[in-house]
Amino acid sequence: MARFRRRRTTSSNVAKERLKLVLIHDRAGTSPSGDIMENIKKDIIKVISKYFEVQEDLFDVEIQNTQDINGSNATTLTANIPIRRIKNLGKNKY
Amino acid sequence: MQNVIVVTSGKGGVGKTTTVANLGAGLVQAGKKVVLIDTDIGLRNLDVVLGLENRIVYDLVDIVEGTCRLKQALIRDKRYDGLFLIPAAQTRDKTAVSPVQMKKLVSELEAEFDYVLIDCPAGIEQGFKNAIAGAKSAIVVTVPEVSAVRDADRIIGLLSASGIDDCELLVNRLRPDLVKKGDMLALDDTLDILGIGLIGVVPEDETIIRSSNIGEPIVGSEKAMAGKAYKNITQRILGNNVPLLDMNGEGRLAGRLKKLFSVK
Repeated sequence: MARFRRRRTTSSNVAKERLKLVLIHDRAGTSPSGDIMENIKKDIIKVISKYFEVQEDLFDVEIQNTQDINGSNATTLTANIPIRRIKNLGKNKY
Repeated sequence: MQNVIVVTSGKGGVGKTTTVANLGAGLVQAGKKVVLIDTDIGLRNLDVVLGLENRIVYDLVDIVEGTCRLKQALIRDKRYDGLFLIPAAQTRDKTAVSPVQMKKLVSELEAEFDYVLIDCPAGIEQGFKNAIAGAKSAIVVTVPEVSAVRDADRIIGLLSASGIDDCELLVNRLRPDLVKKGDMLALDDTLDILGIGLIGVVPEDETIIRSSNIGEPIVGSEKAMAGKAYKNITQRILGNNVPLLDMNGEGRLAGRLKKLFSVK
């Protein structure tokens, strides 16, 4: 995955980023490819599927370190959910 | 910091024992009466770092098993009046002592001494549980490396789960030159990642090796950077606000640019 950093990529920056990710999972008691991430994925699919038809095979959930709008570091749960079709749940029928 | 402090790290070899020896000696220099407990049963080392290995008769296990009285197992330091050591047993294992026994021992020592410093073994098993049982505060020692910082994070979590929230970080063996080059985690990064307060930074210092060779703490030595650093940490334990040791800055790009433009 391509990451864009403003700072020069020094080994200490790499260490910092790796540590942050590893600690997110350590603290949560999960592993990046573990059951909990898998369960989160299933639960999200269940909810989203009420409204959208999603491509389950391309569905991806991960915890990332990103920068928020103020430029400070933030930890986010990012779900990448390709949608095949929006289900029609409104009054207007076509 | 309160009067019963455990020095712990998770990872081995980051400088727990050296820290305990130097902080103990530093507190005595400041006029306090201090006892150090080595809880690393089976792998004792605080005795050699202090140069007291020839004076051991009784140890921690003897005390809790009632083989001797508490006073008999207290080893008086040869240089610092007011510094005492309770050595770990060398021929037993961690199960020879229980957390309940440690709690009782610590509370007895508290009545006699101003400070009780507990040297914790590496790991998170029984030895760790024994070491933290009677502690009220903790100094978590780490070095600026991925593995040590990760273990420190785990330890901070375990301390908190055991009700020890007064917990501060000691970053040991920092090399400002490597930080400057971008090849060592900077202090701010380590603090940012671990999210606890800082009690001090000790720079990498060759005199520490010499100090452990001859079995003499270097705290207070004006020649050694580490000696100065340990003295400052001692002051912070006592509640005095002393500025961080100047180790020639940790300037990254901004620092370097500043330097560049300040040249006339």
